[in-house]
This record gives sequence, C-alpha cells and structure tokens, in this order.
Amino acid sequence: MEAFTTHTGVGVPLRRSNVDTDQIIPAVYLKRVTRSGFEDGLFAAWRGDEHFILNQEPFRAGSVLVAGPDFGTGSSREHAVWALMDYGFRVVVSSRFADIFRGNAGKQGLVAAQCSQSDVELLWKLLESEPGTPVTVDLTDKTVRAKDLVAPFEIDDYTRWRLLEGLDDIALTLRHEAEISAFEGNRQTWLPTTDPLPAV
Amino acid sequence: MSRTLAEKVWEAHVVRHGSGAEPDLLYIDLHLLHEVTSPQAFDGLRLANRKLRRPDLTIATEDHNVPTVDIDKPIADLVSRTQVETLRRNCAEFGVRLHPMGDFEQGIVHVVGPQLGLTQPGMTVVCGDSHTSTHGAFGALAFGIGTSEVEHVMATQTLPLRPFKTMAITVEGDLGPGVTAKDVILAVIAKIGTGGGQGYVLEYRGSAIEKLSMEARMTVCNMSIEAGARAGMIAPDDTTFDYIQGRPHAPSGAEWDKAVEYWKTLRTDDDATFDAEVHINADELTPFVTWGTNPGQGLPLGASIPDPGQIADENERVAAEKALTYMGLEPGTPLRDIRVDTVFLGSCTNGRIEDLRAAADVLKGKHVASGVRMLVVPGSMRVRKQAEDEGLDKVFLDAGAEWRQAGCSMCLGMNPDQLAPGERSASTSNRNFEGRQGKGGRTHLVSPLVAAATAVRGTLSAPADLEN
Repeated sequence: MEAFTTHTGVGVPLRRSNVDTDQIIPAVYLKRVTRSGFEDGLFAAWRGDEHFILNQEPFRAGSVLVAGPDFGTGSSREHAVWALMDYGFRVVVSSRFADIFRGNAGKQGLVAAQCSQSDVELLWKLLESEPGTPVTVDLTDKTVRAKDLVAPFEIDDYTRWRLLEGLDDIALTLRHEAEISAFEGNRQTWLPTTDPLPAV
Repeated sequence: MSRTLAEKVWEAHVVRHGSGAEPDLLYIDLHLLHEVTSPQAFDGLRLANRKLRRPDLTIATEDHNVPTVDIDKPIADLVSRTQVETLRRNCAEFGVRLHPMGDFEQGIVHVVGPQLGLTQPGMTVVCGDSHTSTHGAFGALAFGIGTSEVEHVMATQTLPLRPFKTMAITVEGDLGPGVTAKDVILAVIAKIGTGGGQGYVLEYRGSAIEKLSMEARMTVCNMSIEAGARAGMIAPDDTTFDYIQGRPHAPSGAEWDKAVEYWKTLRTDDDATFDAEVHINADELTPFVTWGTNPGQGLPLGASIPDPGQIADENERVAAEKALTYMGLEPGTPLRDIRVDTVFLGSCTNGRIEDLRAAADVLKGKHVASGVRMLVVPGSMRVRKQAEDEGLDKVFLDAGAEWRQAGCSMCLGMNPDQLAPGERSASTSNRNFEGRQGKGGRTHLVSPLVAAATAVRGTLSAPADLEN
C-alpha cells in the first residue's frame, strides 16, 4: 500500500446523505475478476445526469470528496473504494461513515476523514462558492484545510499509523503466526470443519 | 466481570490482545465465500505467494450471478459466467469445497451455512457480504467484510479488529396476527435509523424474540446491517439447539452434549450493561413497509406517504424529497393505494421454507392480480426441494407466480432478474436503494405475507385486506 501523509487536490461537494455503496458502484459493475478499471462504474446512475457534480468543471478532476452523513452504507463491496480510488479520489470527508466502508478504505489507502457536520457544511459552501478551491488533507495533524478553513478530522490511530507507514495488514498479522498456531491447538473439539461429508 | 453475549464470544476468539491503538487479533471459525467478493482476494494470495491457511474452515457457493431459469445451460451473460468460472478455478486450486450451480446444496451463502449445520452458537463467522449478520441468529458473532479482509482471513484465519460497542434491542410482548419478524426489523431500523447501529453489535432480546422460530430470528439478524450495525445476535436457546441437532455438520454423541453445555453459557449476564438500549413493544407492531430509498424510510402499512416539508432535520428532509422523486410518489398517498408491477419473494432475508409456506398459505386458491408478475426464488436448492415435497410449488404456479431456481436473484439483480426503469416492486429482500433491483427500479420492502397479499390485490396489502 502507498503511504499517505498529505494530499492536496480539488474538493467535490456532494450534498447527499446516505450515499450507499449501490450508488457508489451499482452491482452490474461488480462482475469483473480484476482489481482495476472500476472508475467507469463510479456513481454510474448519477453520472448519466449532466448536472451531476462530477460532470462539471473543475470537479471532474476531483480527488477530495466531501459528502453528507452515513457515507458508504449497505453492501460490503470493496469495489466502492476501488471505484473511488480508480477515479482519482484519495480522501472522502463525511460526518459519519458506515463501518465496513471505513474498514475497506483503510485497507486500500483511501482516507476516510470524519469531520463534524458543521465543518462539512462550511466546506460545501466554500467549494460551491469558489469551485476548484484546493483542499489539503493532512494525516499527520489530522486536519482538512481549504483557504482559511481548518477542520479537524477523526481517524482511528492504528489505521492512521498504517496509512502513514503504508503497511500491509497481512504481513503485520503474520508476525504473530506462532500465537495463531497456539490458539488453533486449543480450539474446542466440537467445532465444525467444512470437509466434505461421506456420501450417505 | 459480567459480560454481554457479544463480549463473551469476542473474548473466546482473541488470539492476542492489542496494546494501545493496536486492534485485537480475532480468530475466525468459519469463512464463507461467493463469486463476487473473492476473485481479487484469491489473486492477492497468488501474487504474494501465500497459502490459504484453513481450507477446512472455508466453504464457497455460487449465488449472486446465477440465473434462476435454464440452470442446466451455460450462463448467458459472459461476464457473469467468467466470474462464476473464476470461483470454480480458484476453489479447485486452493482446495475449497464449492457448491456450484445445480448442486443440491447450492444456494444463497447465508441460507446454505445454517442449513448444513455449519453455523453454530459462539462461533465467529465472516463472509465478503454484509448480510453475514444473518448467522448471529444462532448466537454467533457474524459480520460482513471487504475483499482485503477476505484475503486477510484466507492468509491468516484471523482479523485485526477493535471491539464493537453493544446495543440491546429488547422486544417484549406478542406479535399480532399477520405481523412477522420482517415487520419487527423494519420497525427497528425506522426507529434507530440507517446509521443508528454504527459501531455496535445489536443483541435482540425479550419475550417476542424468544418466541420467534430459528428462521424468523435469521430474518431479524439479517437486516442488522441496514441499521448500520456490524452484527446482530440472539442468545442461543432450545429453539437454536433443536434446529441444529441432526444437521450434517452438527456435533453428535458426547461432543453434542459438551457443545450444548457450553452454548448454554452464551447469554448476557443479568448484571451486564450495554452501551445503548432500545425498547420496542411487540403488541403495537403492524405490517411495516418502506416508502423511500433507504431501509430506514418505512412506516406501518396503514400510514400514508410522509410530507418532507414536515421533517425538521435538513439532511433528512432533502433525503425524503429525493426519495419521493425517485420513487414517483406524492405526499399523503395512502401506502395501501400504491400499485406494484412485480412481487419478489426470496433473498437471504426471506427465502427460507417458512417464508415460502407463509406466502403459499395466503396465495392458496387465489390468483396474482392481472398485470402483476410474481417471482418466487427459494434461498437454496434444498429449500426448493422441500417446498416441492410439500406441494408449495403447485400453489405458487396455480396462483400464476413463477417458480424459480435458487439464488440471490432480484434482491440485487446481478443475474437477469431485474426491474425495468420505473417498474415498482414489493420485495421481501433487504435493500430499497436507488437502482438496487435494476436501473430506475422502485422497491418497497415487505414481509412474505404482505408480498403475497400484494400480489393478489395489486396494491400494497396485508393478508387481512383479502378478507374484506
């Protein structure tokens, strides 16, 4: 995973709450077996509308999405994170994220920055009145900055550390392989396995 | 120290406690796979030259993409076919047991696990699918994960996680006639909202929950994710043990006795405290349906479409306005006057044998309204077989409904079962998101009883409406 310390890019105000993962990428785009090219499915239903924010300059080149509360609800599809990143987003700002989405974002290096709703409103107003305003997201001091606005955001310390270091979760866990094996040696004997049953 | 059910199951699976900001490392007892969220995870293993650690704790089924007609023929949609074939190749390469299309044990992953007896109390169960919360009905800690986490479980059989908060949802009293587990959970979501459960494991308890059958409990836990929760759980009891006993992967003999002895300890201690509590009176509940585009936008069937102008919160008002525009509905319209084009009975929420029986009971001797199509899609091939043994297929066919093969089907329309733009459905599934059942499709979430009555009358209805 690529390390993330700070990022500056075009902020995109998305005035919608409950942006579920079916809106971020509809199910028909989930049929691929590869890990790239999901940008064409991003907000597919809304992008058909020429007035949609990502169809307008300068937001087309956005990399910091500022959305309403309950972003990423619904399906666990990590494709939602891939679609945002493949399009070019590095950060999503919202006052509340769905748990699975936030977890997926942290694994892939997309920063899910949780700001207060009042700061989200201020960012919306700024980005709408002055489109193209650069937004800086700084993971070291946990702030979102745009012009005079400085909005603190929350992200859990462990995810922040992993993002700053660009560390891969699996490699970190495998350092504890001996403990996993020891745990396995003590599991209850009645627990099921999926080994095929003998034919009756 | 006294603990909740969720905390007991968590503690029993901690491989190592994290220090400071570091999460706990949790052992996973059962990993379920399907074709949509696994291919990139298998690829990740191959790229890093890693092994699948425990194929014997892993099982796969084909469900999201599978057609529900002509399953003896190759899948017509080439991209779907590739995804299903990729799962077959991956399972063969890594030694994973797979139930493919046409197999007797094939079906929706959350129907297959419980019916095989693989889901048991006190286990940790994960799947790259948010409706994994279903398995919590057995007192298991079960939750959906993303593809990176799928790969992590494949490689390590563990997940780094921070403890969840706990919320008690206490439902006391008796459900009236025609009121089901689906109405309970839709009412819970409407009450706490789509973000109300965020960060929590919900424990459903109280006399109304204890009286539910195992399948009804699965319906309740299934939709915990629609309230934003990581998982839903119900303490195991005799209903749970009776359901598991004798299933293919259930323990037997002395192992069964040892297991039951342990399972009986899986209850929230009397003096344990939850981080949050919600109370619902079962006696007051009536059939519940959704009117909007998220599962929290629901009301009793006797109500009318709300007026967004009356909603104080700005975000909720805007969301309601957008929802009504998308749904093509006017404020003040009685929900019972809403005409549907399609009725979908199925999904991991309501595609089990009791759901089919309940709907068949309503449909018996009646006919689907003209201009309405009804799809009945069993949750698994085993459910389908049982329904046929009981003659339910005849009831559905005689009523003019379509009797299909097993799979996720129109719940999310990854196969050909989709709504056309503007088409309106009454659906026993779990999500009424924009475009969920097909681009431009409009979804009302309902119980199997409401689905069947709606099919007969052509407008959103409860079985009691058929008697008038």
